[in-house]
This record gives sequence, structure tokens and C-alpha cells, in this order.
Amino acid sequence: MIYQGKQKIWSEYQKEIPDDHWFYVRSCIRQNFFPGAEVMFMKICRDLLGKDIYETPNHTTCGGIAYHCDTIPQETVMTIVARQFALMTEAGYENYVASCITSFGNYIEILETWNEFPEVETKIRELLWKACRREFNKPKYVAHASDLVYKFRNDIAARAKYRLVNRKTGEPLKVVEHIGCHYSKMFPSKGVGGAEYPYVLCGMIESWGGSVIDYPERRHCCGYGFRQYHIKANRGYSIANTHKKFESMEPYHPDMIITNCPGCPYFLDRWQYAISEIEGKTYGENGYGIPVFTYEEVAGLVLGYDPWDLGLQLHQVAVEPLLDKIGIPYDPEMKYKGVNKKDLLRPEIPGVLKCC
Amino acid sequence: MKENIVIIGGGIAGLEAAGQLIRLGYAPIIVEKSDRLGGHVAHWHKLFPDMTPASDVVARLSEKVSDANVFLNTEILFINRLKDSYNVMLSNGISIIARIILFTTGFRLFDASRKEEYGYGIYNQVITNKDLEHWFNTGEDDRIGMSDMNAVGFVHCVGSRDEKAGNAQCSKVCCITAVKQAIEIKQKFPEAMVYCFYMDLRMFGKKFEDFYISAQRDYGVRFIRGRVSEVSENIDGKVIVKAEDTLSGKPVKVTLDLLVLMSGMVCNPDSTRIASMIQLPADSDGFLKSKDNITDITASSKDGVFYAGACTGPKTVPETLAEARSAALEIHSYIQGLQ
Amino acid sequence: MDFGFGIAPSSTINLDKVDNARFGQLHNAEPDVYKCMACGSCSSTCPAGRFSGMSLRKVILALQRGKEKEAVKMLKGCMLCGKCSMVCPRGINTRHLILSICRIYNED
Repeated sequence: MIYQGKQKIWSEYQKEIPDDHWFYVRSCIRQNFFPGAEVMFMKICRDLLGKDIYETPNHTTCGGIAYHCDTIPQETVMTIVARQFALMTEAGYENYVASCITSFGNYIEILETWNEFPEVETKIRELLWKACRREFNKPKYVAHASDLVYKFRNDIAARAKYRLVNRKTGEPLKVVEHIGCHYSKMFPSKGVGGAEYPYVLCGMIESWGGSVIDYPERRHCCGYGFRQYHIKANRGYSIANTHKKFESMEPYHPDMIITNCPGCPYFLDRWQYAISEIEGKTYGENGYGIPVFTYEEVAGLVLGYDPWDLGLQLHQVAVEPLLDKIGIPYDPEMKYKGVNKKDLLRPEIPGVLKCC
Repeated sequence: MKENIVIIGGGIAGLEAAGQLIRLGYAPIIVEKSDRLGGHVAHWHKLFPDMTPASDVVARLSEKVSDANVFLNTEILFINRLKDSYNVMLSNGISIIARIILFTTGFRLFDASRKEEYGYGIYNQVITNKDLEHWFNTGEDDRIGMSDMNAVGFVHCVGSRDEKAGNAQCSKVCCITAVKQAIEIKQKFPEAMVYCFYMDLRMFGKKFEDFYISAQRDYGVRFIRGRVSEVSENIDGKVIVKAEDTLSGKPVKVTLDLLVLMSGMVCNPDSTRIASMIQLPADSDGFLKSKDNITDITASSKDGVFYAGACTGPKTVPETLAEARSAALEIHSYIQGLQ
Repeated sequence: MDFGFGIAPSSTINLDKVDNARFGQLHNAEPDVYKCMACGSCSSTCPAGRFSGMSLRKVILALQRGKEKEAVKMLKGCMLCGKCSMVCPRGINTRHLILSICRIYNED
């Protein structure tokens, strides 16, 4: 591996990310899967860095999942997105930041389509007006939330209490980064670092003390693939893709996986359980799995937030071995106590995959 | 005969044209931007299909121009159109008034790192056709032969027939070059499995097909019809390539000790830059536009300006030499017509 | 645990895992086997092909991809009529090749 070669590519794919004043849209599914992630993003941007991040309860799905499942036509998705842009315009913002990778890809694809086919944009403006009497300006900048955390990575590192370093050995943790397909595969120039060797997560990992693993199936899909998972008859394809990735990363003995997509961390996390049940195989140390995180969760961890406040108890793969490696304290008794100490009840322990 | 003829480019086309013009009694001036004559061919080791040493070809051509006026390390700063001639200003401070300019500016080898998915410049064991020729010539390359050479792959059409890379044209010579290099690798490492990943095999030239059959029959080179889609590196530093075996209709993957990218011919930006000084148009493929692509390939749209070789499109060595001879004759007739 | 689905098998041909020993033997006996350029003339003219799935082009390919059983099974449909040797543009002695394949690959 020639690191300088990657640096050259990274320098060619830098995008402009404004420093402040963002209109934020959440993901449909992330709050269920990783309930602390988006909250953490807001806390870092607003409380820690003092940025102006606005969100409105009126925003809806972007229609991306339905679009990629081929259940609604593109005009419908475009009109939904036009409404989101109208909310941004009404709130007085020009910079649009999405929590979801598929949303981000969806926004970019639609803006590019309007750019190529202005008559489509005109039609969508008419449809939006007929549907809800709204008008919109197109955003000046569209970013994914990981672009912002990437931009602020060194500010976060400067305030960090922990680093992605093995406390006992002093060695950097070996980190697998996984980028959601819709981040830059459709429009490589819209992603930090491009599509073949994206830098957005590598930059965070390097800044926070870890070392990045580049394994043969790094660029491969996590396995979600929308219709591959949503239809039960296709789930064998979904898990086969995930299985392929784990088989490929196994020789590198990764300590953790960081992702920037709603679906990827979910499938890389949950499918480790399913693979362990089907194949009897686990990929972490001593029968555990490889812990999977969103970048916001990792930012929260290095900044010293309580792991249970970050929602890490909702992960399938136990995070405790990693917390011990880094030296992050946690109270096992509090793991399944929710907000206001409400008892969340304990999950059943799987048969093969070791969990805490 | 005192008639200034400026030949831009001291590759094989420039050398051959100059040699012919000298034989016809002229004293051409060769302007070469690099520090040596012979262009791309001077970097090659052996030439298909008879394994002729490239250095012999360059030496033979250079011999014929030993009396010519050659400026090495010299660029064209600008060209002005005068009433019935051109003023060519060189970077060495010399300016030449000439009625005849011959473009033998050649091509540029496609920058393989632009096909990011192939990892040239990122994965250590990925090299180009040019790197391999360099190794054949000098034996100097840490990537080749230091460890086991169990499997070697060749990727055809890198940057050729590739609209995304901005080069829709076929580079013509890469198919046969891959066959040649695959045979040479087999000769050096007889136990190695050698795979050629191709879209089409275009064996149009004299003895090309024989060469291809020999690669198959005598050397056991495996030809897999399918374009490599992705290259990655495994923990041992070997490269893994993914392609489709389109004849089986199935994906195929293989681990290799060395992967050679057959970089194609693209138009030389220097050609375009110099041509634009006197408003010479480019053709739809980006190469210089001949007056007629069938009957008048060596003529430009301007009086006294001629083309030879790969500045008008990818060509083999014999095609380039034939064109250079033809251009010399055209120039001779043109000069006679002026008198 | 039965989830109602498993890990779907991959159709990828992994050339790292193909044992080339017997194909090497075949190549020694029949150097021309490598000359096949998959034009398909043999298969299109084969009187058995459209009924039995026999295709000499596919047999040669399958042997190189490690699918020996598949290849041998296909060959069972061959009637050795020799029509393929008439049409092969590379002049491969296809009948001889087929007999050599049967000899080398039919040992088990």
C-alpha cells in the first residue's frame, strides 16, 4: 500500500463544507437503531463547538428507501425533497445537512437531475405548489453529517478525553471504515476523498489516534441493499455480502468498525449475530464480535460521554471489550437503565456470539 | 536546397521523416522537448511481432539523421503565421522562419492512476506496460521477481475505449503488446499462471494472430474475456482482481503477484497546445484533424503544415514509419509546387 | 437457529482454487486445446448440443475454471460425429481432443 498515492487522490476530492449555519434533517431509521447518534451530533455541533444547527419537526422522510425499493416514482420523491427544501428556505437557511447517507445521495441525485433537466425542476415546483402551496430555493451547499464531523475532527480531537489507542500496548486501534454506498458511488466528486478511497472516515480515525485497515472487500456493500433485505426471500443475499466482508477483514484482526450510513452499522452489527448462529463463527476476540459504531458515537466516546448515554447498549455486538481496550469507564449495572433510570429489561444472550 | 523544415517531435515519426527529407536533399530541423531522440519507442524493450529490439530501431533511424539539425530539451514557445511562412520561436532563444512545419508530436500514454479502481500508485504490485518494458530493459524494479511470481495479470484497454476516461478510441497496439509482454513474462517465469483480461482482442496487423495463437498454444497464457472492475490488496501485499468471465457468465476473481495495466494512447496535450497556436483543429477523438482521414492523412487544414504518426491517432510503429515517409514525400511535392 | 434463510452461496469462480494439474496434462497431450478462442462454431453445429447440452466450447472453458465434473457430464452427450472438427477455424482436432479429455478426466 502506497499511502502517498491515497493522499494524492484525497487531495483531488475535497469539497467545500461551510463552517456554520446548517439546516439539519434526521434519518428515518437511525433513531431506532442508534438512538444516541443524532443527539450526539447536535451536542457536538451546538454545545461543544457553538454552531448554529437548525432542525424542524415538520420535516419528513426524503422518500429514499421507497425510491430505492422501486415503490414510488421519482416525481414523488422529488416533490417530497422539494418540500424539505421549502422548509429550509422558510427557516432562512442555505446549507443543508443530512443525517442519512441515502438521503444525501438522494438530494445530490435530484439536484444534479434538475441541473441537467431544468424542465423537471419546473414541473416539481408546480407539483409542490399544487400539493401544499410551498416554494423553495435550492440549497447552496449539501453535506452529509459525516462531512461536518470530518471538518470538525481536529476540534473534536483537541477536546478529546480518550484516543483510539490500546491503553495497554499504546498501539493505535485497528479500525475498519465503511462508507455507505450512496455517499459517493453515484457522484464521486460530492464525497470527501471520492468513491474508491473515501477519506471522510479515515480522516476522523487518523485524527482521533486510530489506524485504518484497507482490506480487499473494503469497497463492497454492507449487505443491506434495500430490497435484498426487505424481502425475506432475498435475505440470503444480504447476509452473504456481509459475510464476504467479514471473511475479508478477518485476517487484519480489526478492533472496531466505524460507519457513516444508517443501514451499514445496523447490518454489520446485527448480521454478526445471525452469522454466528448460522455458521457458528465470530470475528472478534474470544468469541465476541467486532464492535460497530456510527462516527457520532465514536466522537462521543473520545469526548468522554457515558457509553450508555450514547445508546451503545442497543448494539448487538458487545462494546465493553473495546471500552476496556481504550480505558473508557462504564458501569455494567447501568447498562440497561434508560433515561431517568427506567429499567429497559435485559436482552436474551445469544447462543454463540459472546455478549456482556 | 535551402528550405527550412521544422519537425516538431524527435520520436520515430520525426526521425524517419527527417531521414527521408535528408535523402531528398533537404536540411530539416528537429525540435525535441526531452533530452533524447526516439520518443516512446526509446523506452520500449522489444517490438512485436518479431521481438525486434526497440533500441535497434531507434539507432537505425537516428543514424539517418546524424547530419540533421537537432535541438534537444527544446520546446515550442509560439508559432506566428507570417504572410507565406511561419515564425517558430523556440525555448532556446532561436527563432526559425519556415514555410514547412511537420507535426510528429505523437501521443501521451494514458495516466493509469486515473482509473482509480485499478489502484496504480496505491497498490504496490500494480504496474503499467511502460514500467514492465523498463524492467525488461534495466532489470530494475523492486516489484517484479523479488518474491514468488505464481500469477501475473494483464488488463487490456486501460484508458482506451473508455468514455468515462474521455478516450473513446481504441489504442490499437495494447492488445498485441499485452500478448507480447505476456509471452515475455512466461519466458522469464515459466511456472507462472498468466492471465489477460480483455474486452475484444484486436489482432489486425501482420503476424499478430500468429503471435496470439503462440501465446495460447505454446505459452499457455489464459485469455479471460471480461474487463477488470476492481483491484484490491490483500494482507500479504498481493493484488486481488475482480472481473466477469463473460464466456461463463460468472464473476471471477484471482490473486496475483503482479498486475500490468495496458495504458492506452491518448492525444498529447503538447500537440493540442502547439496546434492551437496556428488554429489547427482537433478531431472528435481529440487527436489532430487531418485534411482527410482516408486520402490525405498527412495534410493539415493549413498550407505548409503536415502531420505524421500518432499525433493524428493511435498507430503501430510500421504505420507511423510509413506515414512519416509519406509525409516527407508530400512535403517534397509541396516545395516543388512552390517553385 | 433457523432464520428461514441462510448465507447465499457465491457463484464467483475463484481461480486461486482451481487445480490446473490435469489441464496441464491435457495441454501436454493436446497443445491445441489452448488455441480455442470461444467462437462457438463447434457448439452451433453440434447435432447433440441442442438436446443434451453438449458444447465443446463450454467444455474447454469449464475445464479451465475447475468445473471438471460439469465438463465431463457435457461430454457424455457427444456422439463423436466429427462435425465440430470440420468447422473449427483454428483447426483443432476436436475428436482427438474429446477422446483425450475423456481419457485424462475419466479416471475417477
